Amino acid sequence: MNPAIEFKNVTKAFVKKDGDVQTILDNVSFSIPAGKTTVIAGGSGQGKSVTLKLILGLMRVDSGRIMVQGNDVTGVRGKGLESLRTQFGVLFQGSALFDSLTVFENVALPLRERTKKNEAEIRAQVLSSLSQFELDGHEEKYPAQLSGGMQKRVGLARAMQLKPAIMLFDEPTTGLDPVMSLEIYHLFARTQAEFGFTSVIVSHDIPKIFNLADRVTILNGGKMDVFSSPEEIQWSEEPHIQEFVKTTMGDIYQSDLVEK
Amino acid sequence: MKSNLVGNLGNTGLYILTDLGKMTLFLLKALRGVFRRPFRFRELLRQMHFIGVGSLAVIFFTAASTGMVLGLQGYYSLNKFGADGMLGSAVSLTLIMELGPVLTALMVAGRAGSAMCAELGIMRISEQIDALDCMAVDPFRYLITPKFLATLICVPLLTVMFDVVGIAGGYIAGVSLMDVNPGSYVEGMRTSVTNHDIQLGVIKSFVFALLVVWICTGRGYFVQEIRGAGFGAESVSRVTTQAVVFSSISVLIFDYLLTAVFL
Repeated sequence: MNPAIEFKNVTKAFVKKDGDVQTILDNVSFSIPAGKTTVIAGGSGQGKSVTLKLILGLMRVDSGRIMVQGNDVTGVRGKGLESLRTQFGVLFQGSALFDSLTVFENVALPLRERTKKNEAEIRAQVLSSLSQFELDGHEEKYPAQLSGGMQKRVGLARAMQLKPAIMLFDEPTTGLDPVMSLEIYHLFARTQAEFGFTSVIVSHDIPKIFNLADRVTILNGGKMDVFSSPEEIQWSEEPHIQEFVKTTMGDIYQSDLVEK
Repeated sequence: MKSNLVGNLGNTGLYILTDLGKMTLFLLKALRGVFRRPFRFRELLRQMHFIGVGSLAVIFFTAASTGMVLGLQGYYSLNKFGADGMLGSAVSLTLIMELGPVLTALMVAGRAGSAMCAELGIMRISEQIDALDCMAVDPFRYLITPKFLATLICVPLLTVMFDVVGIAGGYIAGVSLMDVNPGSYVEGMRTSVTNHDIQLGVIKSFVFALLVVWICTGRGYFVQEIRGAGFGAESVSRVTTQAVVFSSISVLIFDYLLTAVFL
Protein backbone atom coordinates (compact mmCIF):
# COMPACT_ATOMS: atom_id res chain seq x y z
CA MET A 1 0.00 0.00 0.00
CA ASN A 2 1.35 3.41 -0.99
CA PRO A 3 1.99 5.83 1.84
CA ALA A 4 -0.51 8.71 1.86
CA ILE A 5 2.29 11.28 1.64
CA GLU A 6 5.98 10.84 0.96
CA PHE A 7 8.84 13.35 1.08
CA LYS A 8 11.89 12.33 -0.96
CA ASN A 9 15.07 14.32 -0.28
CA VAL A 10 13.13 17.55 0.17
CA THR A 11 15.03 20.76 0.81
CA LYS A 12 13.43 24.11 1.56
CA ALA A 13 15.34 27.23 2.54
CA PHE A 14 14.46 30.88 3.06
CA VAL A 15 16.57 33.98 2.62
CA LYS A 16 16.34 36.13 5.72
CA LYS A 17 16.26 39.94 5.63
CA ASP A 18 19.97 40.15 6.50
CA GLY A 19 20.74 37.96 3.47
CA ASP A 20 21.49 34.79 5.46
CA VAL A 21 19.97 31.54 4.23
CA GLN A 22 17.96 29.50 6.74
CA THR A 23 17.44 25.89 5.74
CA ILE A 24 14.11 24.73 7.15
CA LEU A 25 14.11 21.25 5.61
CA ASP A 26 17.51 19.80 4.74
CA ASN A 27 17.29 16.82 2.37
CA VAL A 28 14.42 15.35 4.38
CA SER A 29 12.83 12.00 3.49
CA PHE A 30 9.89 10.51 5.35
CA SER A 31 6.50 8.98 4.71
CA ILE A 32 3.07 9.31 6.26
CA PRO A 33 1.19 5.98 6.32
CA ALA A 34 -2.35 5.89 4.96
CA GLY A 35 -5.22 5.70 7.41
CA LYS A 36 -3.02 6.48 10.44
CA THR A 37 -2.38 9.55 12.56
CA THR A 38 1.03 11.16 12.23
CA VAL A 39 2.06 13.97 14.54
CA ILE A 40 4.67 16.47 13.39
CA ALA A 41 6.23 18.15 16.41
CA GLY A 42 9.13 20.53 16.92
CA GLY A 43 10.01 23.92 18.32
CA SER A 44 8.92 27.27 16.90
CA GLY A 45 10.38 28.10 13.49
CA GLN A 46 11.50 24.49 12.86
CA GLY A 47 9.31 24.15 9.74
CA LYS A 48 6.17 22.37 10.92
CA SER A 49 3.76 24.72 9.13
CA VAL A 50 6.12 24.94 6.13
CA THR A 51 5.86 21.15 5.82
CA LEU A 52 2.06 21.43 5.64
CA LYS A 53 2.26 24.25 3.09
CA LEU A 54 4.61 22.17 0.92
CA ILE A 55 2.16 19.25 1.03
CA LEU A 56 -0.70 21.55 -0.03
CA GLY A 57 1.28 23.24 -2.79
CA LEU A 58 1.06 26.62 -1.05
CA MET A 59 4.89 26.65 -1.17
CA ARG A 60 7.36 25.05 -3.56
CA VAL A 61 10.29 22.80 -2.64
CA ASP A 62 13.80 23.95 -3.58
CA SER A 63 14.74 20.38 -4.42
CA GLY A 64 13.40 16.88 -3.88
CA ARG A 65 9.99 15.37 -4.56
CA ILE A 66 6.65 15.12 -2.79
CA MET A 67 4.32 12.21 -3.50
CA VAL A 68 0.65 12.16 -2.54
CA GLN A 69 -1.23 8.83 -2.82
CA GLY A 70 1.58 7.59 -5.06
CA ASN A 71 1.49 10.57 -7.46
CA ASP A 72 4.35 13.01 -7.84
CA VAL A 73 2.86 16.40 -7.04
CA THR A 74 6.10 18.40 -6.94
CA GLY A 75 5.59 21.66 -8.80
CA VAL A 76 2.06 20.74 -9.91
CA ARG A 77 0.02 23.76 -11.08
CA GLY A 78 -3.38 24.77 -12.43
CA LYS A 79 -6.00 22.02 -12.64
CA GLY A 80 -3.54 19.47 -11.25
CA LEU A 81 -3.09 21.59 -8.13
CA GLU A 82 -6.87 21.98 -7.76
CA SER A 83 -7.27 18.24 -8.09
CA LEU A 84 -4.52 17.65 -5.51
CA ARG A 85 -6.19 19.97 -3.01
CA THR A 86 -9.56 18.26 -3.27
CA GLN A 87 -7.89 15.23 -1.62
CA PHE A 88 -7.17 17.29 1.50
CA GLY A 89 -9.19 18.77 4.30
CA VAL A 90 -7.42 21.38 6.40
CA LEU A 91 -8.16 22.66 9.89
CA PHE A 92 -6.22 25.88 10.39
CA GLN A 93 -4.67 27.20 13.58
CA GLY A 94 -7.25 29.99 13.87
CA SER A 95 -9.99 27.94 12.16
CA ALA A 96 -9.90 30.41 9.18
CA LEU A 97 -13.68 30.71 9.07
CA PHE A 98 -15.05 33.44 6.83
CA ASP A 99 -16.07 36.27 9.16
CA SER A 100 -18.80 37.61 6.90
CA LEU A 101 -20.49 34.21 6.40
CA THR A 102 -22.72 32.37 8.86
CA VAL A 103 -21.84 28.94 10.23
CA PHE A 104 -24.17 27.38 7.66
CA GLU A 105 -22.64 29.35 4.77
CA ASN A 106 -19.10 28.51 5.93
CA VAL A 107 -19.81 24.78 5.97
CA ALA A 108 -21.78 24.96 2.70
CA LEU A 109 -19.03 26.87 0.85
CA PRO A 110 -17.02 23.87 -0.44
CA LEU A 111 -20.23 22.15 -1.55
CA ARG A 112 -21.46 25.25 -3.41
CA GLU A 113 -18.10 25.89 -5.03
CA ARG A 114 -16.85 22.38 -5.73
CA THR A 115 -19.93 20.23 -6.36
CA LYS A 116 -23.00 20.36 -8.56
CA LYS A 117 -25.40 19.62 -5.69
CA ASN A 118 -28.59 21.65 -5.57
CA GLU A 119 -29.45 23.90 -2.64
CA ALA A 120 -31.79 21.34 -1.02
CA GLU A 121 -29.08 18.64 -1.07
CA ILE A 122 -26.51 21.09 0.27
CA ARG A 123 -28.86 22.17 3.07
CA ALA A 124 -29.54 18.57 4.07
CA GLN A 125 -25.84 17.63 4.11
CA VAL A 126 -24.75 20.74 6.02
CA LEU A 127 -27.47 20.41 8.69
CA SER A 128 -26.58 16.74 9.13
CA SER A 129 -22.88 17.66 9.54
CA LEU A 130 -23.65 20.42 12.01
CA SER A 131 -25.69 17.97 14.03
CA GLN A 132 -22.86 15.42 13.93
CA PHE A 133 -20.42 18.02 15.29
CA GLU A 134 -22.90 19.12 17.99
CA LEU A 135 -23.58 22.49 16.38
CA ASP A 136 -27.37 22.26 16.09
CA GLY A 137 -29.07 25.62 16.40
CA HIS A 138 -25.90 27.59 15.63
CA GLU A 139 -26.23 27.62 11.83
CA GLU A 140 -27.29 31.27 11.58
CA LYS A 141 -24.56 32.55 13.91
CA TYR A 142 -21.40 34.28 12.68
CA PRO A 143 -17.93 32.96 13.68
CA ALA A 144 -17.37 35.93 16.02
CA GLN A 145 -20.41 34.77 18.04
CA LEU A 146 -18.90 31.32 18.71
CA SER A 147 -16.43 30.10 21.34
CA GLY A 148 -12.96 28.93 20.24
CA GLY A 149 -13.94 25.27 20.57
CA MET A 150 -17.09 25.75 18.50
CA GLN A 151 -15.10 27.56 15.81
CA LYS A 152 -12.78 24.53 15.62
CA ARG A 153 -15.79 22.23 15.25
CA VAL A 154 -17.20 24.40 12.45
CA GLY A 155 -13.76 24.38 10.79
CA LEU A 156 -13.64 20.60 11.04
CA ALA A 157 -17.20 20.28 9.70
CA ARG A 158 -16.27 22.49 6.73
CA ALA A 159 -13.07 20.54 6.06
CA MET A 160 -15.01 17.24 6.05
CA GLN A 161 -17.66 18.25 3.50
CA LEU A 162 -15.83 16.91 0.44
CA LYS A 163 -14.86 13.72 2.31
CA PRO A 164 -11.09 14.18 2.03
CA ALA A 165 -8.70 11.25 2.03
CA ILE A 166 -6.18 13.19 4.12
CA MET A 167 -6.86 15.65 6.94
CA LEU A 168 -4.20 18.19 7.91
CA PHE A 169 -4.46 19.87 11.30
CA ASP A 170 -2.29 22.94 11.86
CA GLU A 171 -1.88 23.57 15.62
CA PRO A 172 -5.54 22.63 16.14
CA THR A 173 -5.77 23.44 19.85
CA THR A 174 -4.00 26.80 19.91
CA GLY A 175 -5.93 29.21 22.10
CA LEU A 176 -8.08 26.52 23.73
CA ASP A 177 -8.07 25.64 27.41
CA PRO A 178 -6.82 22.14 28.39
CA VAL A 179 -10.34 20.73 28.83
CA MET A 180 -11.48 22.01 25.44
CA SER A 181 -8.23 20.75 23.84
CA LEU A 182 -8.92 17.24 25.11
CA GLU A 183 -12.50 17.46 23.84
CA ILE A 184 -11.24 18.49 20.40
CA TYR A 185 -8.73 15.61 20.32
CA HIS A 186 -11.49 13.15 21.20
CA LEU A 187 -13.57 14.65 18.39
CA PHE A 188 -10.65 14.10 15.96
CA ALA A 189 -10.32 10.49 17.09
CA ARG A 190 -14.07 9.85 16.69
CA THR A 191 -14.18 11.54 13.29
CA GLN A 192 -11.16 9.61 12.04
CA ALA A 193 -12.60 6.32 13.26
CA GLU A 194 -15.80 7.10 11.36
CA PHE A 195 -14.33 8.40 8.09
CA GLY A 196 -11.00 6.52 8.07
CA PHE A 197 -8.94 9.39 6.68
CA THR A 198 -5.19 9.82 7.04
CA SER A 199 -4.48 12.37 9.71
CA VAL A 200 -1.48 14.70 9.92
CA ILE A 201 -1.37 16.85 13.03
CA VAL A 202 1.13 19.65 13.47
CA SER A 203 1.20 20.52 17.13
CA HIS A 204 3.28 21.47 20.10
CA ASP A 205 0.49 20.42 22.47
CA ILE A 206 2.70 17.76 23.98
CA PRO A 207 2.24 15.22 25.48
CA LYS A 208 -1.57 15.21 25.03
CA ILE A 209 -1.38 14.97 21.27
CA PHE A 210 0.92 11.93 21.46
CA ASN A 211 -1.93 9.83 22.81
CA LEU A 212 -3.56 10.15 19.39
CA ALA A 213 -0.43 9.40 17.38
CA ASP A 214 0.44 6.23 15.52
CA ARG A 215 3.68 7.84 14.44
CA VAL A 216 5.60 10.90 15.64
CA THR A 217 8.09 12.98 13.69
CA ILE A 218 10.20 15.65 15.30
CA LEU A 219 11.63 18.49 13.24
CA ASN A 220 14.86 19.98 14.43
CA GLY A 221 17.50 22.03 12.62
CA GLY A 222 16.26 21.05 9.15
CA LYS A 223 16.25 17.31 9.94
CA MET A 224 13.31 15.06 10.72
CA ASP A 225 13.41 12.19 13.22
CA VAL A 226 10.66 9.61 12.86
CA PHE A 227 9.42 7.45 15.74
CA SER A 228 6.95 4.62 15.51
CA SER A 229 5.47 5.38 18.91
CA PRO A 230 5.57 8.17 21.50
CA GLU A 231 7.31 5.82 23.93
CA GLU A 232 10.16 5.34 21.49
CA ILE A 233 10.99 9.03 21.75
CA GLN A 234 11.77 8.75 25.40
CA TRP A 235 14.41 6.09 24.84
CA SER A 236 16.16 7.94 22.01
CA GLU A 237 19.84 8.56 22.68
CA GLU A 238 20.03 11.57 20.33
CA PRO A 239 20.95 14.62 22.46
CA HIS A 240 18.47 16.96 20.69
CA ILE A 241 15.64 14.44 21.20
CA GLN A 242 16.55 14.08 24.86
CA GLU A 243 16.50 17.88 25.10
CA PHE A 244 13.10 17.92 23.36
CA VAL A 245 11.74 15.33 25.79
CA LYS A 246 13.10 17.31 28.71
CA THR A 247 11.78 20.71 27.64
CA THR A 248 8.42 19.79 26.14
CA MET A 249 7.30 16.70 28.01
CA GLY A 250 8.99 17.11 31.36
CA ASP A 251 7.25 15.70 34.39
CA ILE A 252 3.88 15.39 32.67
CA TYR A 253 5.26 12.93 30.16
CA GLN A 254 6.98 10.96 32.89
CA SER A 255 3.86 10.70 35.03
CA ASP A 256 1.19 10.43 32.30
CA LEU A 257 2.65 8.18 29.69
CA VAL A 258 5.47 6.14 31.19
CA GLU A 259 3.29 4.83 33.99
CA LYS A 260 0.62 3.60 31.57
CA MET B 1 30.19 51.14 3.43
CA LYS B 2 30.13 51.63 -0.33
CA SER B 3 29.38 47.97 -1.02
CA ASN B 4 26.65 48.11 1.62
CA LEU B 5 25.01 50.99 -0.25
CA VAL B 6 25.27 49.15 -3.57
CA GLY B 7 23.92 45.98 -1.95
CA ASN B 8 20.97 47.83 -0.44
CA LEU B 9 20.21 49.54 -3.74
CA GLY B 10 20.38 46.17 -5.50
CA ASN B 11 18.08 44.58 -2.92
CA THR B 12 15.60 47.43 -3.22
CA GLY B 13 15.69 47.22 -7.02
CA LEU B 14 15.06 43.47 -6.90
CA TYR B 15 12.24 43.96 -4.40
CA ILE B 16 10.55 46.55 -6.63
CA LEU B 17 10.91 44.34 -9.73
CA THR B 18 9.53 41.31 -7.87
CA ASP B 19 6.66 43.39 -6.51
CA LEU B 20 5.81 44.73 -9.97
CA GLY B 21 5.90 41.21 -11.37
CA LYS B 22 3.60 39.91 -8.64
CA MET B 23 1.18 42.81 -9.13
CA THR B 24 1.13 42.24 -12.90
CA LEU B 25 0.30 38.54 -12.43
CA PHE B 26 -2.30 39.57 -9.85
CA LEU B 27 -3.98 41.85 -12.42
CA LEU B 28 -3.99 39.13 -15.08
CA LYS B 29 -5.47 36.54 -12.68
CA ALA B 30 -8.13 39.02 -11.53
CA LEU B 31 -9.17 39.70 -15.14
CA ARG B 32 -9.05 35.96 -15.98
CA GLY B 33 -11.54 35.44 -13.15
CA VAL B 34 -14.24 37.04 -15.33
CA PHE B 35 -14.17 33.95 -17.57
CA ARG B 36 -14.08 31.34 -14.78
CA ARG B 37 -17.22 29.60 -13.60
CA PRO B 38 -19.31 29.67 -11.48
CA PHE B 39 -19.57 33.45 -11.82
CA ARG B 40 -20.54 35.13 -8.53
CA PHE B 41 -23.26 37.47 -9.80
CA ARG B 42 -24.78 38.03 -6.34
CA GLU B 43 -21.36 39.02 -4.96
CA LEU B 44 -20.91 41.42 -7.91
CA LEU B 45 -24.22 43.10 -6.99
CA ARG B 46 -23.17 43.26 -3.33
CA GLN B 47 -19.87 44.91 -4.27
CA MET B 48 -21.65 47.33 -6.63
CA HIS B 49 -23.94 48.28 -3.79
CA PHE B 50 -21.00 48.84 -1.47
CA ILE B 51 -18.83 50.75 -3.97
CA GLY B 52 -21.55 52.51 -5.98
CA VAL B 53 -24.55 53.12 -3.75
CA GLY B 54 -22.34 53.48 -0.67
CA SER B 55 -20.30 56.23 -2.35
CA LEU B 56 -23.29 58.25 -3.62
CA ALA B 57 -23.45 60.62 -0.64
CA VAL B 58 -19.75 61.43 -0.55
CA ILE B 59 -19.68 61.90 -4.34
CA PHE B 60 -22.78 64.11 -4.22
CA PHE B 61 -21.36 66.46 -1.59
CA THR B 62 -17.91 66.58 -3.16
CA ALA B 63 -19.40 67.30 -6.59
CA ALA B 64 -21.80 69.94 -5.32
CA SER B 65 -19.13 71.83 -3.38
CA THR B 66 -16.59 71.52 -6.20
CA GLY B 67 -19.12 72.77 -8.78
CA MET B 68 -20.18 75.68 -6.61
CA VAL B 69 -16.57 76.69 -5.87
CA LEU B 70 -15.79 76.44 -9.59
CA GLY B 71 -18.83 78.62 -10.30
CA LEU B 72 -17.69 81.31 -7.86
CA GLN B 73 -13.99 81.16 -8.80
CA GLY B 74 -14.78 81.01 -12.50
CA TYR B 75 -17.09 83.99 -12.25
CA TYR B 76 -14.44 85.94 -10.31
CA SER B 77 -11.79 85.29 -13.00
CA LEU B 78 -13.97 85.57 -16.11
CA ASN B 79 -15.75 88.67 -14.90
CA LYS B 80 -12.44 90.56 -14.94
CA PHE B 81 -12.39 90.13 -18.71
CA GLY B 82 -16.11 90.59 -19.16
CA ALA B 83 -16.39 86.95 -20.16
CA ASP B 84 -18.72 85.68 -17.45
CA GLY B 85 -20.92 84.29 -20.21
CA MET B 86 -18.27 81.60 -20.62
CA LEU B 87 -18.85 80.30 -17.09
CA GLY B 88 -20.94 77.28 -18.22
CA SER B 89 -18.22 76.30 -20.66
CA ALA B 90 -15.40 76.63 -18.09
CA VAL B 91 -17.23 74.74 -15.34
CA SER B 92 -18.44 71.87 -17.52
CA LEU B 93 -15.13 71.30 -19.35
CA THR B 94 -13.15 71.39 -16.11
CA LEU B 95 -15.52 68.91 -14.49
CA ILE B 96 -16.00 66.51 -17.41
CA MET B 97 -12.36 66.30 -18.48
CA GLU B 98 -10.53 66.74 -15.21
CA LEU B 99 -12.10 67.10 -11.82
CA GLY B 100 -14.97 64.66 -12.24
CA PRO B 101 -12.83 61.58 -13.01
CA VAL B 102 -10.00 62.55 -10.65
CA LEU B 103 -12.04 63.48 -7.59
CA THR B 104 -14.41 60.52 -8.03
CA ALA B 105 -11.46 58.13 -8.17
CA LEU B 106 -9.84 59.75 -5.11
CA MET B 107 -13.11 59.53 -3.15
CA VAL B 108 -13.61 55.88 -4.13
CA ALA B 109 -9.99 55.10 -3.21
CA GLY B 110 -10.45 56.68 0.21
CA ARG B 111 -13.82 55.10 0.95
CA ALA B 112 -14.10 51.77 -0.87
CA GLY B 113 -10.45 51.13 -1.83
CA SER B 114 -9.28 51.32 1.77
CA ALA B 115 -12.08 48.98 2.86
CA MET B 116 -11.25 46.44 0.13
CA CYS B 117 -7.55 46.51 1.06
CA ALA B 118 -8.25 46.07 4.78
CA GLU B 119 -10.77 43.27 4.15
CA LEU B 120 -8.34 41.28 2.02
CA GLY B 121 -5.45 42.00 4.40
CA ILE B 122 -7.42 40.64 7.35
CA MET B 123 -8.51 37.63 5.30
CA ARG B 124 -4.87 36.99 4.43
CA ILE B 125 -3.47 37.21 7.97
CA SER B 126 -6.31 35.10 9.39
CA GLU B 127 -5.61 32.40 6.75
CA GLN B 128 -9.05 32.77 5.13
CA ILE B 129 -7.45 33.16 1.69
CA ASP B 130 -5.26 30.10 2.36
CA ALA B 131 -8.45 28.26 3.33
CA LEU B 132 -9.97 29.08 -0.07
CA ASP B 133 -6.81 27.83 -1.80
CA CYS B 134 -6.91 24.62 0.23
CA MET B 135 -10.56 24.03 -0.72
CA ALA B 136 -9.46 24.36 -4.37
CA VAL B 137 -11.57 27.52 -4.67
CA ASP B 138 -9.84 30.15 -6.82
CA PRO B 139 -9.51 33.20 -4.52
CA PHE B 140 -9.36 35.49 -7.55
CA ARG B 141 -12.67 34.35 -8.98
CA TYR B 142 -14.23 34.19 -5.53
CA LEU B 143 -12.92 37.42 -3.97
CA ILE B 144 -11.02 39.70 -6.33
CA THR B 145 -12.83 39.61 -9.68
CA PRO B 146 -16.22 40.79 -8.29
CA LYS B 147 -14.43 43.76 -6.71
CA PHE B 148 -12.66 44.55 -10.01
CA LEU B 149 -15.86 44.39 -12.05
CA ALA B 150 -17.91 46.36 -9.52
CA THR B 151 -15.30 49.14 -9.42
CA LEU B 152 -14.98 49.24 -13.22
CA ILE B 153 -18.77 49.55 -13.54
CA CYS B 154 -19.42 51.94 -10.65
CA VAL B 155 -16.61 54.49 -10.96
CA PRO B 156 -17.56 55.68 -14.49
CA LEU B 157 -21.23 55.92 -13.39
CA LEU B 158 -20.23 57.83 -10.26
CA THR B 159 -18.09 60.10 -12.44
CA VAL B 160 -21.10 60.91 -14.65
CA MET B 161 -23.09 61.70 -11.53
CA PHE B 162 -20.23 63.86 -10.23
CA ASP B 163 -20.21 65.81 -13.53
CA VAL B 164 -23.99 66.38 -13.49
CA VAL B 165 -24.12 67.45 -9.84
CA GLY B 166 -21.00 69.61 -10.25
CA ILE B 167 -22.41 71.39 -13.30
CA ALA B 168 -25.66 71.97 -11.39
CA GLY B 169 -23.61 73.33 -8.46
CA GLY B 170 -21.79 75.69 -10.82
CA TYR B 171 -25.18 76.79 -12.19
CA ILE B 172 -26.50 77.55 -8.70
CA ALA B 173 -23.37 79.54 -7.75
CA GLY B 174 -23.06 81.36 -11.08
CA VAL B 175 -26.65 81.95 -12.10
CA SER B 176 -28.51 82.11 -8.79
CA LEU B 177 -25.87 83.84 -6.70
CA MET B 178 -23.81 85.86 -9.23
CA ASP B 179 -26.52 86.69 -11.72
CA VAL B 180 -24.85 85.12 -14.73
CA ASN B 181 -27.34 84.78 -17.59
CA PRO B 182 -28.84 81.25 -17.38
CA GLY B 183 -29.10 80.99 -21.16
CA SER B 184 -25.44 81.80 -21.68
CA TYR B 185 -24.43 79.28 -18.96
CA VAL B 186 -26.32 76.44 -20.66
CA GLU B 187 -25.46 77.52 -24.22
CA GLY B 188 -21.76 77.94 -23.34
CA MET B 189 -21.75 74.41 -21.98
CA ARG B 190 -23.67 73.00 -24.96
CA THR B 191 -21.42 74.53 -27.60
CA SER B 192 -18.04 73.95 -25.98
CA VAL B 193 -18.36 70.36 -24.71
CA THR B 194 -17.61 67.90 -27.52
CA ASN B 195 -17.89 64.12 -27.77
CA HIS B 196 -14.11 63.95 -27.56
CA ASP B 197 -14.16 65.72 -24.17
CA ILE B 198 -16.76 63.28 -22.82
CA GLN B 199 -14.80 60.30 -24.20
CA LEU B 200 -11.65 61.55 -22.49
CA GLY B 201 -13.53 61.80 -19.19
CA VAL B 202 -14.92 58.28 -19.57
CA ILE B 203 -11.53 56.81 -20.55
CA LYS B 204 -9.95 58.48 -17.54
CA SER B 205 -12.61 57.17 -15.18
CA PHE B 206 -12.07 53.58 -16.44
CA VAL B 207 -8.29 53.83 -16.11
CA PHE B 208 -8.52 55.40 -12.64
CA ALA B 209 -11.01 52.73 -11.53
CA LEU B 210 -8.61 50.02 -12.67
CA LEU B 211 -5.68 51.67 -10.86
CA VAL B 212 -7.61 52.08 -7.61
CA VAL B 213 -9.02 48.55 -7.46
CA TRP B 214 -5.78 46.95 -8.67
CA ILE B 215 -3.55 48.70 -6.14
CA CYS B 216 -5.97 48.46 -3.21
CA THR B 217 -6.87 44.77 -3.64
CA GLY B 218 -3.29 43.84 -4.59
CA ARG B 219 -1.79 45.46 -1.49
CA GLY B 220 -4.31 43.72 0.74
CA TYR B 221 -3.77 40.35 -0.96
CA PHE B 222 0.03 40.58 -0.56
CA VAL B 223 -0.05 42.17 2.91
CA GLN B 224 2.40 39.65 4.37
CA GLU B 225 4.94 40.14 1.60
CA ILE B 226 5.28 43.92 1.72
CA ARG B 227 8.59 45.11 3.02
CA GLY B 228 8.43 47.13 6.24
CA ALA B 229 4.71 46.53 6.76
CA GLY B 230 5.24 44.68 10.04
CA PHE B 231 2.95 41.92 11.24
CA GLY B 232 -0.66 41.31 12.19
CA ALA B 233 -3.12 44.15 12.60
CA GLU B 234 -0.35 46.72 12.29
CA SER B 235 0.60 45.42 8.84
CA VAL B 236 -3.02 45.72 7.65
CA SER B 237 -3.30 49.33 8.85
CA ARG B 238 0.04 50.31 7.29
CA VAL B 239 -0.67 48.60 4.00
CA THR B 240 -4.16 50.13 3.83
CA THR B 241 -2.67 53.61 4.21
CA GLN B 242 -0.05 52.74 1.61
CA ALA B 243 -2.72 51.47 -0.81
CA VAL B 244 -4.73 54.70 -0.60
CA VAL B 245 -1.61 56.86 -1.00
CA PHE B 246 -0.25 54.80 -3.93
CA SER B 247 -3.58 54.66 -5.74
CA SER B 248 -4.16 58.40 -5.27
CA ILE B 249 -0.69 59.27 -6.58
CA SER B 250 -1.15 56.88 -9.51
CA VAL B 251 -4.45 58.56 -10.38
CA LEU B 252 -2.77 61.97 -10.45
CA ILE B 253 0.18 60.74 -12.55
CA PHE B 254 -2.07 58.95 -15.04
CA ASP B 255 -4.33 62.01 -15.18
CA TYR B 256 -1.45 64.01 -16.56
CA LEU B 257 -0.34 61.23 -18.93
CA LEU B 258 -3.83 60.67 -20.35
CA THR B 259 -4.42 64.40 -20.74
CA ALA B 260 -1.10 64.77 -22.56
CA VAL B 261 -1.88 61.84 -24.88
CA PHE B 262 -5.53 62.52 -25.69
CA LEU B 263 -5.90 66.28 -25.52
